[in-house]
Amino acid sequence: MQPLTSRSKTVERKPMTMWEKMYVPAIAKGMSITFGHMFKKKPTVNYPEKTRPFSPVFRGLHVLNRDEEGRERCTACGLCAVACPAEAITMDAAERLPGEENLYREEKYAAKYEINMLRCIFCGLCEEACPKDAIYLSETFAPSNYGRSKFIYGKEELLIPNPKTQPEEFAKAKGNK
Amino acid sequence: MASLLLSVDWALILEKCILIAVIISLSLVVAMYETWAERKVAAVMQDRRGPNRAGIFGILQPLADGLKLFMKEEIIPNLSNKFLFVLGPGLAMLTAMMTSAIIPWSSHLDIKGRIVSLQIADINIGILYVFGVVSMGVYGIMIGGWASNNKFSLLAAIRGASQIISYELAMGLSFIALLMLTGTLSLGTIVTQQQDHLWNIVYQPLGFFIFLICAFAECNRTPFDLSEAENELNFGYHQEYSSMKLGFYLFSEYVNMFISSAVMATLFFGGYDIPFVNDISFGQAHGQNLLALLQGLSLFLKIAVFIFFFMWVRWTIPRFRYDQLMRLGWRILIPLALINMVATGFLVLLKAHNWHF
Repeated sequence: MQPLTSRSKTVERKPMTMWEKMYVPAIAKGMSITFGHMFKKKPTVNYPEKTRPFSPVFRGLHVLNRDEEGRERCTACGLCAVACPAEAITMDAAERLPGEENLYREEKYAAKYEINMLRCIFCGLCEEACPKDAIYLSETFAPSNYGRSKFIYGKEELLIPNPKTQPEEFAKAKGNK
Repeated sequence: MASLLLSVDWALILEKCILIAVIISLSLVVAMYETWAERKVAAVMQDRRGPNRAGIFGILQPLADGLKLFMKEEIIPNLSNKFLFVLGPGLAMLTAMMTSAIIPWSSHLDIKGRIVSLQIADINIGILYVFGVVSMGVYGIMIGGWASNNKFSLLAAIRGASQIISYELAMGLSFIALLMLTGTLSLGTIVTQQQDHLWNIVYQPLGFFIFLICAFAECNRTPFDLSEAENELNFGYHQEYSSMKLGFYLFSEYVNMFISSAVMATLFFGGYDIPFVNDISFGQAHGQNLLALLQGLSLFLKIAVFIFFFMWVRWTIPRFRYDQLMRLGWRILIPLALINMVATGFLVLLKAHNWHF
């Protein structure tokens, strides 16, 4: 019969030779292989202590950005929510009151900004849609929680720490981006 | 009556009780860390890291495992024979522990002029006792499998029983050759003989090899773990067991491994003899107690090597098929052991006649 592919191998069913029937040489060979593996370098990365470097285009959890003076950049235009294919983003806009210029960069800001991390597919379209450079995807990933409702991230979880008042946390949240 | 009680050597009884307690707790601790070592050995042989979260190098992992087993729900199946169901794991554990009574763990301590032997009982039929207890070990498996009222468990139990019976024959025959050399059944005497001469492995390499294979079979270790073949029998004889009863079964396997390593080290590798050191002159130079300690350590080192070997084989070799197992036992090992026995007998006779016919 014509073989279907060139990769097929014929199975040989020859009776075992005396050497093979003794088992012991084959067992010794196998055991030397496993012994050798004890001294091989282990490919495991000890995850929580050590992380592997991310690709520069890695898309993790979202961060709401602030400008150099620590003001929120988001102006609640809703372009990210429109761009989102998974419809994970909702927001409520509010007007900036006099005296809040140090908090919000534009006259309009997001009073509520929520991303449902269970819906989010981490495509990064919100990041591309944002005209104010207010949202970007960080290197943080793998959120875990006991309840589904906890996966709806509000502004407390999303907002990056203020670079003025908390410079260390800001640098940590910013990562290498 | 009072004089009868006074004539009993109470210090001896106390000393033996302490020794028993020490050895039982020791074998349990060793078995505990064997479970950890097994996972570690498996991991390094498969290029993994193994348990490393609980404590440094995962050293507390056995405690966590034990705690988990204790916390599990204890289930006794409705249609099982309840008495036998509970008896099974207990018997398995008991027989695993009982063998440790006759192993000479070290020579003897010298406490204020009193000689304290570090062997619980140096009975003159030592090795026959080992065989007797080991063959009772199959009852743990058999009763557990029978009482579970589960076809797979029963099948596994029958497999285990037939396997242990078949391999016990070859084991006994391989030991007869050794017996002809030593001329005694007492383990203590066998060790002292090896201190003066070469170790028995030099005279009985084939006998040791057969004994080793049979020890694997008796311990139900891979490649002879047919009674717990997951892919054929779900879980084997302990399928219906949960919680610490399952733990007892798993644990008794490790205790068995420890004890059979000790027996092999005692019979063939000089027992507590420290290699390349004249024990008696060392004892006179540095004191008997230090010597006894070092001898105990030496035995433990040998046991550890054997335990590693058990694990190394387990993570290398796949399981035998049932017919292969039986063919190996009856058609290869028993004839080999017989040949070994006859050859040894011939040479012993020849030596007795000063090497001429």
